[in-house]
Amino acid sequence: MTTLRTESLDAGAAASAGPRVGVLALQGDFREHAHVLTKLGASVSLVRRPAELDAIEGLVIPGGESTVMDKLSRAYGLAEPLKAAITAGLPVYGTCAGLIMLADSVLDAIAGQQSLGGLDVVVRRNAFGSQNQSFETDLDVPALGDAPVHAVFIRGPVVESVGPSATALATISDGRVVAVEQGNLLGTSFHPEINGEYRFHKYFLAKVRAAATTA
Amino acid sequence: MTEASVPAPAATSQTGSSRVKRGLAEMLKGGVIMDVVTAEQARIAEDAGAVAVMALERVPADIRAQGGVARMSDPDLIEAIIAEVSIPVMAKARIGHFVEAQVLQALDVDYIDESEVLSPADYVNHIDKWAFNTPFVCGATNLGEALRRINEGAAMIRSKGEAGTGDVSEATKHIRKITSEINALKSMTRDELYVAAKELQAPYELVLEVAETGKLPVVLFTAGGVATPADAAMMMQLGADGVFVGSGIFKSGNPEARAAAVVKATTFYDDPSVIAEVSRGLGEAMVGINVGDLAAPHRLAERGW
Repeated sequence: MTTLRTESLDAGAAASAGPRVGVLALQGDFREHAHVLTKLGASVSLVRRPAELDAIEGLVIPGGESTVMDKLSRAYGLAEPLKAAITAGLPVYGTCAGLIMLADSVLDAIAGQQSLGGLDVVVRRNAFGSQNQSFETDLDVPALGDAPVHAVFIRGPVVESVGPSATALATISDGRVVAVEQGNLLGTSFHPEINGEYRFHKYFLAKVRAAATTA
Repeated sequence: MTEASVPAPAATSQTGSSRVKRGLAEMLKGGVIMDVVTAEQARIAEDAGAVAVMALERVPADIRAQGGVARMSDPDLIEAIIAEVSIPVMAKARIGHFVEAQVLQALDVDYIDESEVLSPADYVNHIDKWAFNTPFVCGATNLGEALRRINEGAAMIRSKGEAGTGDVSEATKHIRKITSEINALKSMTRDELYVAAKELQAPYELVLEVAETGKLPVVLFTAGGVATPADAAMMMQLGADGVFVGSGIFKSGNPEARAAAVVKATTFYDDPSVIAEVSRGLGEAMVGINVGDLAAPHRLAERGW
């Protein structure tokens, strides 16, 4: 017998002719990202195994628990091919835990925790404290236009320092950096996928389309 | 909270909103939340890949075996667990015991479980969960109970199962009940939904929302009797967003291996070859009690209304 429910997306997610974008589906809010990307016309697939990286032109690493994503990505042979793909220029967008996975250096990591790297930044986990300090706020993100971005931070990280290769895209009112980009990589401390904010995903899909054209 | 953590400026940000409370549960999806009674167990859970830990004084199997009144844990224990791990820490308050919940909020836990596993403090009222900045998870055996808890402010639901038994049958019954009642609402016309709200004893607005979206407005985990990787995978195939494992891990022969195996089976719940691989050589599962052998007064799932 086949399994009762399998990890698949709604009909239509993969049927689009848009860019082929994978969402890392080891743990976290990957369905919310898949929903936004599908709405924006991408052809979306879920990624849990190395072979599922082959057909994609871009990847989203969702919110969730970075320690769990790190462990599972190494246990199931995803970490090394992902690092190679990032080095080769695969566009990747990480939110919250995804930003931690993309950071070259992570503060307040657990013993043995590794990141994939790629973004020339130092990120601190749980930088605001416990869930009681989780918050929502409006951010100015000049790269996305004049209208503020409503941003939801859930035990989120911050970018403590931005290296010379990376660029800060947004800060909260006390000046701490919460969104960065570097070439084909994009990372946010917050979760546009859970409150109907599509502009970061559009911005990312533009990177995916541009990379697919030059490839 | 580490010394380097600094809250966002209050003047420009809002904490404790529904979106922020429900949002943490969204980030836990596809993960395993493990019951722990010491900082050492919390460390093992985090190292094995738990997305969060539930701090409590005794695991449900011991509450069952030892009897007596089960209450919120000692604050020292909760603080030791918070200090030990970086993943979210949840802790249990008795049903209706809003002062235990106030204490847990003051201790800065990440989620409060208003739990039938502890002895109820109020046989009429549940806690007004809207009054808190810290989010709540509550148990439910059916859709009406889940929606009543959400109406009181719960930001996450777990189906109850029968905690401390290692018998997954009640967890199966409750997740099936909730999902089948959701499916029934989806095919109803508006006039039928008014009657459904009356029969579910739940607010019409929430019933309408479930009918329109086809899911609860909050994340739905399962709990109560999950003891093996296959149990966890079955809960996921039945539609759970994630799994709580209580006594099943630290009452087993090899908690480290079993915890890591349950995490893998929860991610790859639709791949029997992975579940087979991780199920090998785990040693003794918790001994367990058949729910059918429990006299009705000892069934925890019947607490809460």
